[in-house]
Amino acid sequence: MTGRAHSRSAALISIRGLHKYFGEIQAVKNVNLEVRRGEVVVIVGPSGSGKSTVLRCINHLEEPTAGVVEIEGEMLGDDDVDINEVRAEVGMVFQQFNLFPHLTVLENVTIAQKLVRKREKRESIEIAMTQLRRVGIPEKADSYPHQLSGGQQQRVAIARSLAMNPKIMLFDEPTSALDPEMIKEVLDVMLQLAREGMTMVVVTHEMGFARAAANRVVFMDEGQVVEIAPPDQLFSHPQHERTKLFLSQILAH
Amino acid sequence: MTVAPETLEPIHVEIPKRFTVRDFPYWLAAIVLFIVGMMVLIAVGPEYRKSFDFVKLGIGFTLYTTALAFVISVIVGLFAALARMSRSVVARNIATFYIEFIRGVPMIVLLITFALVLVPDALAFVGVDKRFFDITHRGIIALAAVYGAFLAEVFRAGIESIPLGQTEAARSLGMTQRHTLRHIVLPQAIRNILPALGNDFIALLKDSALLSILAIREMTQMAKLYTGRSFRFTETYLVLVFFYLTGTLILSLLVQWYGRRIGTVAGSAKTVAAATGGAEPT
Repeated sequence: MTGRAHSRSAALISIRGLHKYFGEIQAVKNVNLEVRRGEVVVIVGPSGSGKSTVLRCINHLEEPTAGVVEIEGEMLGDDDVDINEVRAEVGMVFQQFNLFPHLTVLENVTIAQKLVRKREKRESIEIAMTQLRRVGIPEKADSYPHQLSGGQQQRVAIARSLAMNPKIMLFDEPTSALDPEMIKEVLDVMLQLAREGMTMVVVTHEMGFARAAANRVVFMDEGQVVEIAPPDQLFSHPQHERTKLFLSQILAH
Repeated sequence: MTVAPETLEPIHVEIPKRFTVRDFPYWLAAIVLFIVGMMVLIAVGPEYRKSFDFVKLGIGFTLYTTALAFVISVIVGLFAALARMSRSVVARNIATFYIEFIRGVPMIVLLITFALVLVPDALAFVGVDKRFFDITHRGIIALAAVYGAFLAEVFRAGIESIPLGQTEAARSLGMTQRHTLRHIVLPQAIRNILPALGNDFIALLKDSALLSILAIREMTQMAKLYTGRSFRFTETYLVLVFFYLTGTLILSLLVQWYGRRIGTVAGSAKTVAAATGGAEPT
């Protein structure tokens, strides 16, 4: 308990010595990362570089093989830390949206409020509608997910997480499954969130978003953090060969 | 002449708009004809009429045993499926033992063993009078135990058909495992397996005839009793067939209708593919 006061520093998320194996394969090697309150951190890197795994370890959707993840000084995996309480504070947006297809948009955004936050029906609907207005589709409240476009579904997924009033939002390649014409509407919502001061960790291939929104960009390759720098510096003056190679490959087209 | 340009042509799948002579369900017409013919025979033939009046006394038991055994087997099947997918080694092994044990023994042997030996012995073991369960309810427990093992596999398939992303989304919102199962996974899984559950209900209705070996007075037992004293084998067993066929036909049409209905509501790529796949030109 004495260690907790010490670790309740400026860092909202603290990852130390994170390792993750899938069977024989090491997906993440000794990753250390601190994210401060209000900071937007974008993780980039080639596919298979372990960036999604790092993100999924932050809310323990993946259990780290070794290492520590702390959210507000609470160490995940500790006996006296309820993982469900931590997850309620950490929103997550997935590549495949993962809306609940048997529920309407409104029910998608209210169900966890009711079950986890124990909010009254009326309050949860009010909050849901506020969040749906925020992402620009309150008129779809009574639709089912399959009646929505991919971009609309992803915006509902963002609203679903925001309705929990999380302190942190994690985005796992939120635009990778979208048709090109729908990417902007999702990125616009994310940009607005960043401007409003939300603490965000974003795995993406959208370098434009990284430039516009990130305080720091993390470049990962082969499970390791290669370089962390503000976007201007990382994109204009990458320090490592692997970063240069990666940037030349994705910015070439 | 080259082949390449042809492969670039868009593929047109013709979906027939009207019934053709080849599409007409003659088999269904024949079954309906049999049922109508039996109705006429029962109406005008005095021996058919007497058989009908006697066998129909078993309808109540057939429906009661089927319905109660089904309800119990759904509950048993659901919990066996959850246990089988559980992380607990003990739960997983108990469930797998139960399922594999049941699947490895003929149903009629299981019915006899459960109803005449296992249930009475189990009752004696816990110190309850074995008459606490009469033979009908011992038969129902036996049927439910057998179908519980079948339904466990149906539930497991249904639950496993729900993408992992659904669970991850629910858990990432802070929902507990129990909430996730109850509010997210099971509602979707059960909707997917309802047609399969319907078919198992029909199978259970037919297998309830096996209870006649325990002298439970359902329709088949009533038919046996009646032929034993009247020797009207032809009339009695045709009437018995008529009863089962009418029941299963109505139920299977309901299941098919429901299957089509959820197919259109869901509108998923899979159902569309299945629907158009059937219409490929030959």
